[in-house]
Amino acid sequence: MWTAPANPVTAVSWGSAVADLEELYREIILDHYRSPRNRGELPVPPAHRVEGFNPLCGDEVVVTMLVDDGVLTDIKIAGSGCSISQSSASLMSAAVKGKPVEEVEALVRTFKGMMSIHEATLGEPPGTDDERSRAAASAPEAAASGPDGAEAEEGAEAPDPALGDLSTLGELAALQGVVKFPVRIKCATLSWNALAQGLRELEAAHG
Amino acid sequence: MAVDMSTEEHQPPGISDRAAVARTATKNTLAEPPECRPLDVEVLRKDFPLLSQVVNGHPVVYLDSAASGLQPRAVLAAMDRYYETTHANVHRGVYATAEEATHLYEGARARVGRFIGARDPGREIVFTKNATEALNLVAQSWGRRNLARGDVVVLTEMEHHSNLVPWLALAEERDLELRYIPVDGQGRLDLSTLDRLLDGARVLAVSAMSNVLGTINPVQELAAAAHDNGAIVIADGAQSVPHTPVDVGLLGADFLAFSAHKLYGPTGIGVLWGRAELLEDMPPFLCGGGMILDVRLDRFVPAEPPARFEAGTPPIAEAVGFAAAIDYLSGIGMERVRAHERALTADALEAIEESLGADCRIFGPPAGNDRGGVISLAYRDVHPHDVAQVLDQFGICVRPGHHCAKPLMRKLGVPATARASIGVYNDLGDIEALIGALKEVGRLFG
Ligand SMILES: Cc1ncc(COP(=O)(O)O)c(C=O)c1O
Repeated sequence: MWTAPANPVTAVSWGSAVADLEELYREIILDHYRSPRNRGELPVPPAHRVEGFNPLCGDEVVVTMLVDDGVLTDIKIAGSGCSISQSSASLMSAAVKGKPVEEVEALVRTFKGMMSIHEATLGEPPGTDDERSRAAASAPEAAASGPDGAEAEEGAEAPDPALGDLSTLGELAALQGVVKFPVRIKCATLSWNALAQGLRELEAAHG
Repeated sequence: MAVDMSTEEHQPPGISDRAAVARTATKNTLAEPPECRPLDVEVLRKDFPLLSQVVNGHPVVYLDSAASGLQPRAVLAAMDRYYETTHANVHRGVYATAEEATHLYEGARARVGRFIGARDPGREIVFTKNATEALNLVAQSWGRRNLARGDVVVLTEMEHHSNLVPWLALAEERDLELRYIPVDGQGRLDLSTLDRLLDGARVLAVSAMSNVLGTINPVQELAAAAHDNGAIVIADGAQSVPHTPVDVGLLGADFLAFSAHKLYGPTGIGVLWGRAELLEDMPPFLCGGGMILDVRLDRFVPAEPPARFEAGTPPIAEAVGFAAAIDYLSGIGMERVRAHERALTADALEAIEESLGADCRIFGPPAGNDRGGVISLAYRDVHPHDVAQVLDQFGICVRPGHHCAKPLMRKLGVPATARASIGVYNDLGDIEALIGALKEVGRLFG
């Protein structure tokens, strides 16, 4: 029979683990997770709808967007998933709503640049974080093609280091902590890929 | 790799002379397991090198044996020794090491067969890549030969994709009817409509133990009912064979599939056990070298089973490691393995409930004879991916996700669970670490 241990869990370097976690789960991320902005779906038509899936962990996102005269006038997010995918989608919706499509596209590039520097190192043998970012920084082209087809296909428009000015990201920079946790990058980029796909589809449809 | 091969093999692992501790009974109706000497986990843990790893600054707490077991040194040593002294391709070699490699490979088949009570391992044990390939083999080979439009295949709602998708694919191709035994609110199979479901069925494919709920299904009873209806029975033993005593003579199934890597053996090898008379009537699955008697330019004659189903160079070193894993487990005794894990599961469920209460929801039946050591949980409304991330930070290996059982996730009404699963080397200390870290999840996500 189980009896409560006198000294529950002996803590070993508990503190540093907690510090790393707090960097990943910043207050603003948890806030957007708990109270997501622009939640729901816009009626289709006139809105355009894109779904994104992360088969690894079952995250799902549905992005509905309305583009009028070159401006992303409205966007809503539905779906379910982990705190990173959901907060990233919420932060994204707040950042892009009402912006000209060109500006949105630039933001997508910058955001994905922040994430894909590390994505490009996923297939490499493990090194320290420092080693990894140095290697990635010295090979910016490599960062453009991710491990799967979707990323590769976006390679043409993916990170131009000149656009990687993180200061334009505002609140979105809170998601920077994610790059320390490579398996979570796909969670963070899920909604962004869906948005980028939607914009591409709209462009293709309307020339 | 430097390995000491002198000790582990001749000494049964984890044996302790402590008096048997009687565990309290449960509400379950199945027969009580025999009383066994408890495992000395402290001693046994030393056999597993990975357990001395440090993850994120913490000693690793490995609670992911349902995904894959860790390997005892004896397995690694056996594989090393094979590559260092005996490696050659099997069958038809004349020189000494080739003969020895064949001997080791066929010896592994015999030991694996004996482990599950196969009467004639040389005819009934097919080595595959893993359980998934074994299950596909049955669907593709037996299924294609025997099933036609409208035929009924009965599955359960708790199947792993490996025992579900092969049938979905064949159903699409052959226009089969698939029926599902439902899962009840406690995570057990609801057998109230079994007769109707099995009526006219040709196949029953069922997991012997759920990799999500830990439920140990009554395969014997199900097999009897299926046979009464003229159906063949396929048991997915991926979870049951490593954690419970399994004897195919008692199980009643016609096929049993499992993987070595969940049984503390290497990746890359699995087993299909099948009744000899069924295997003999089945066409080849993969074709190529090793599976033929004769080949001409316009036809071929396949070999007898099991060679018929083992095209190409087989996983020889893996078979050697697999046999060492079987020896290791047999040295402990599967009754003792099960008694240890059953007791630890009961203690874990109780400890989690007592420490975390309503914050932690556990899926699957209560502790008992039909409950294995797979503990799927939800912590408040925190997404399992986040739960696992926090636990990882404390060196605790659990798995978030749908565990290749998406239909079951839908049934449970969750996108995913965080799954802690136990193996021979786990003890209550691991569960306490899990509980401590879960409290940290609560603190972070408030
Ligand atoms: C119940 C069950 N069936 C089948 C499998 C498939 O095993 P493998 O991936 O080794 O083929 C697993 C493991 O993931 C399992 O838990």
